[in-house]
Amino acid sequence: MAERSKVRIIVAKPGLDGHDRGAKVIARALRDAGFEVIYTGIRQTPEQIVESVIQEDADVLGISILSGAHMVLIPKILRLLEEKGLKPNRDVLVIAGGIIPPDDAQELEKMGVAKVFGPGSPIEDIVEFIDENITKLRKFSS
Amino acid sequence: MIDDLIDRMLGGDKRAAARLITLVENDDERAREIVKKIYRYTGNAHVVGITGPPGSGKSTLLDKLIKVVRKEGSIVGVIAIDPTSPFTGGALLGDRIRMQRHSTDPGVFIRSMATRGSLGGLAKATSDAIKVLDAFGCDVIFVETVGVGQIEVDIVKTADTVVLTTVPGLGDDIQAIKAGLMEIANIFVVNKADKEGADATVFELELMLDLEKEKWKNSWRPRILKTVAMTGRGVEELWSVIKEHREYLLKTGRITEKRKFRAEEEVKTIVSSMIAKRIGKKMQDEELMYLIDKIISRELDPYSAAEVVLEKSLGVKV
Repeated sequence: MAERSKVRIIVAKPGLDGHDRGAKVIARALRDAGFEVIYTGIRQTPEQIVESVIQEDADVLGISILSGAHMVLIPKILRLLEEKGLKPNRDVLVIAGGIIPPDDAQELEKMGVAKVFGPGSPIEDIVEFIDENITKLRKFSS
Repeated sequence: MIDDLIDRMLGGDKRAAARLITLVENDDERAREIVKKIYRYTGNAHVVGITGPPGSGKSTLLDKLIKVVRKEGSIVGVIAIDPTSPFTGGALLGDRIRMQRHSTDPGVFIRSMATRGSLGGLAKATSDAIKVLDAFGCDVIFVETVGVGQIEVDIVKTADTVVLTTVPGLGDDIQAIKAGLMEIANIFVVNKADKEGADATVFELELMLDLEKEKWKNSWRPRILKTVAMTGRGVEELWSVIKEHREYLLKTGRITEKRKFRAEEEVKTIVSSMIAKRIGKKMQDEELMYLIDKIISRELDPYSAAEVVLEKSLGVKV
């Protein structure tokens, strides 16, 4: 298992709504689980999020989205990551949370999101998921 | 792999630079290899430390400073440090929030770092991360320390110019920080200067500096500026005073003094950590525990035990 304090997680909130309580709760909980969490704040553009992933050399990108624009914004983030040479699940683990209907979640997981966590997901599940999947990233296996 | 990363970084690849920072931060052996290889490309950046109490506006000020510096076309690097939890090892790095609008500017590189056990206001790998950004081609590197109190003065060993932010109304705290932090500032910034008491704070700082009038006759007298980081008021002036300080350092040759001091401190730190590591490798835990037991039973004192440890692990008599 990768040492948690060396695992860097970006918690980002794209979209125009300002409801970041959920994102903050998650960021804080991941901190308490021992991860290094970079919180980038609300109203982030996909471009800003992808640049943050690059400059921070993040291992995990956690996207919190409540605005309903997930089927536009998340695919755009995935596309931009690829354009910059970052392959989801190889270079960075992308997870998402917020209000995302199950059908959309399935669709997103096909596109490259490692996992979508719905409302009420226990933080333990998220932590366990990260622990289990982080080692599959290229930089942790090399 | 390292050589490839270094080549890419030198060619301006941000991802490679970011990866190198991770490596110098996570892995001492790799850090050694990387620094050895990139050191000859460093020494061009002006390193500006921004320090001050939590909530005094360091990140917001920095956001505005980046904007001013970028207008001149200089490439900007930022290392923003926040604390690691002493209990869980986790950290919440939030300085980036205030500077996010610069994320997509190709001439800006922002990196958040956690202290990871270091207590001097910086992260352990800060100086190596600076070297990476320096080699990467940053003209100015801002290092934002954790929110500090009185003695977190490591920034003075790292930065060419130290900016200390404070806010009106800390009152007696200004007096209280006299002995540690107050001594390291080249520029004092009274931020949130639209709040009541800003002039009084400036006045108190001037008075404090006046106590050392003799000293300032042949050295840089720290400047005191008022800013309102939220609106950007005073930030252009701050940048011009930072440049003035840089000119001063270059013209008087003080920059060489600073660099000598810094290099000396750095070598000492590396030597101690190498020795500590070697002791860890050479000394069996049982041997150490044996000595510890002797100390507890008062058969041996801690100094004599340390002598034994050094002799056994390094073969030197002290």
